[in-house]
Amino acid sequence: MEKFTVHQGTPMPIMNDDIDTDQLLPKQFLKRLTKRGYGDVLFYEWRYQADGVTPQENFILNEPARQQASILITGDNFGIGSSREHAVWALRDWGFKAIIAGSFGPILYMNCTKNGVLPIELEQAARETLSELPPTAKVTIDLVHQTVKCGALSWKFTINPAWKEKFLKGEDDIDQTMKFADQIAAYEAQMSPYQ
Amino acid sequence: MATTLFDKVWDRHVITGKAGEPQLLYVDLHLIHEVTSPQPFDGLRESGRQLRRPDRTFATIDHNVPTAPQPVTTIADVKDQIARRQIETLQKNCRDFGVHLADIGDADQGIVHVIGPHLGLTQPGRLIVCGDSHTSTHGALGALAFGIGTSEIEHVFTTQTIWQVKPKNLGVHLTGHLAPGVFAKDIVMALIAKYGTNFAEGYALEFYGPTIADLSIESRLTLTNMIIEGGAKMAMIQPDQTTFDYLRGRRYAPKDYEQAVAEWQQFKTDSPAAFDRIIELDVSNLAPYVSWGTNPAMALPCDATLPAIADQNMARAYQYMDLQPGQAITTIPINWLFIGSCTNGRLSDLQEAAKILAGHHLAPGVQAWVVPGSRAVQRAAERLGLDQIFKAAGCEWRDPGCSACLAMNPDKVPAGKHCASTTNRNFEGRQGPGARTHLASPAMVAAAGIYGHFVDVRQFYEQE
Ligand code: SF4
Repeated sequence: MEKFTVHQGTPMPIMNDDIDTDQLLPKQFLKRLTKRGYGDVLFYEWRYQADGVTPQENFILNEPARQQASILITGDNFGIGSSREHAVWALRDWGFKAIIAGSFGPILYMNCTKNGVLPIELEQAARETLSELPPTAKVTIDLVHQTVKCGALSWKFTINPAWKEKFLKGEDDIDQTMKFADQIAAYEAQMSPYQ
Repeated sequence: MATTLFDKVWDRHVITGKAGEPQLLYVDLHLIHEVTSPQPFDGLRESGRQLRRPDRTFATIDHNVPTAPQPVTTIADVKDQIARRQIETLQKNCRDFGVHLADIGDADQGIVHVIGPHLGLTQPGRLIVCGDSHTSTHGALGALAFGIGTSEIEHVFTTQTIWQVKPKNLGVHLTGHLAPGVFAKDIVMALIAKYGTNFAEGYALEFYGPTIADLSIESRLTLTNMIIEGGAKMAMIQPDQTTFDYLRGRRYAPKDYEQAVAEWQQFKTDSPAAFDRIIELDVSNLAPYVSWGTNPAMALPCDATLPAIADQNMARAYQYMDLQPGQAITTIPINWLFIGSCTNGRLSDLQEAAKILAGHHLAPGVQAWVVPGSRAVQRAAERLGLDQIFKAAGCEWRDPGCSACLAMNPDKVPAGKHCASTTNRNFEGRQGPGARTHLASPAMVAAAGIYGHFVDVRQFYEQE
């Protein structure tokens, strides 16, 4: 996983509440067998016309000025629905480094922590301000100090220290867990026969 | 200190870590299927890591398997090339890593959340994970079960453990008896309609109270299955005599059963005081529910009229569903039925639907698919002659799988059709691009097929 300490990027506001993982990545793309290459099908249904290739002109993800955006600003309850990790791969592959939402679906949140996409919860007023910034606005996310800044604007966010640590170090979960190999073996040795 | 059922099962699985921080939990059983497992298996190969406990891993084919033309019993019956590649990949992975697979055509094959309980793999006190959000289903038997993502699957493969932060406890206290024609599906839909799609986020939820005693295991499975749509990643029901009777003699149930039951009896909530939050629902006067919009909270009792547009999300839902505020639920034209899924694809669900359809025919222009949740459900239904009732009514009786619940393969509801569906999600495009899903119980769905619109199914039960 890539490390995340400080990231500066531009915003992409998609302020709908309850964006579910079917919207982020429809199930037809779950048939793929790889972990990469989902960027061009992110928000597939909203992004393309019925033919699946012609871009929808009024969808912000297609705006030329937003193509470099790396910080998604969105509504409450982001990423609910199916557990597909492909949704996060699509966000990552498109180029998002962080998602600022009111709240997150719990499975998607965990999936973000495993793919180096930083999930940030901020209150509505902050997100509204961010959503009104011009496409060129430079937003800085400082994970060490847990702040989101843009010019004179600044907000604090909270994150579980363990997830923060993972992002800062860019560690692979499995490496971390294998430090506990002895404890896992000891647990297995004492388990109930009915477990 | 008083603790809950959830606390007890959770605490028993902690290998390391303190409450409030990520804790490393042991996974007793890992269920896998063809859609979310290829990348994790690839990860194992790439890193040269081993699958730690093939004996605690169980695979089935469900999400992408076609359910027609019948019978679908070998890979040669899978015409969709991508589905076929995914299924073949799982077959190979299971061979290479020594995992038992309930393969296509196998008597055990079916939707992962239907076969787990049915085979007795799902047991009280077990910690079960699966790369699918409806894994909460297994909690109906007192297991602690939840959905995980692809990276987590790879992690479980290698370590047989998972990192999680312990959620809080939410008790859902159910009182009263359901009226005839009202089902577990209506309870769970009513809760989500009332409290929203995220009321249980951050909680492990337990259903308890006198209503539970009335409910069969199959009905309880509907509750713990669909409550994920209210944000609960895990949901449980205290194991009781109904649970112990259900599991007895099942393929993977413990052989020294009495001893197992003695152990399982410890899994209970000491007192409701142990919950961090409690929600009460008296189900006595509950009406059958129907969803009208594009998330499961956009649902109403079947005698209601559609609400005024309150925000952008609702406006979009109305547009997608092609409905008008003020319209009565019973005036929504229904031209497609889907009976199946891990929510309502078990034998009792098919029985309930067949009871309504017996001696009737679908209204003109209505097409209906009945998709049993597993091969075992299909066989049992056929022994009872349910397939004949469905066929006589004009329904298509298909092979088991997830099918149009998520419409991954050619099993899709056509664009623009209003589909009365026993599934759990009515998101835009869920059952096919442009398909309009209306969630309801199997009885409500069956009745809607007869009339070509929803009717209050309680009237069928009054005639009895
Ligand atoms: S039946 Fe539907 S909800 Fe259940 S596992 Fe299959 S796709 Fe998911």
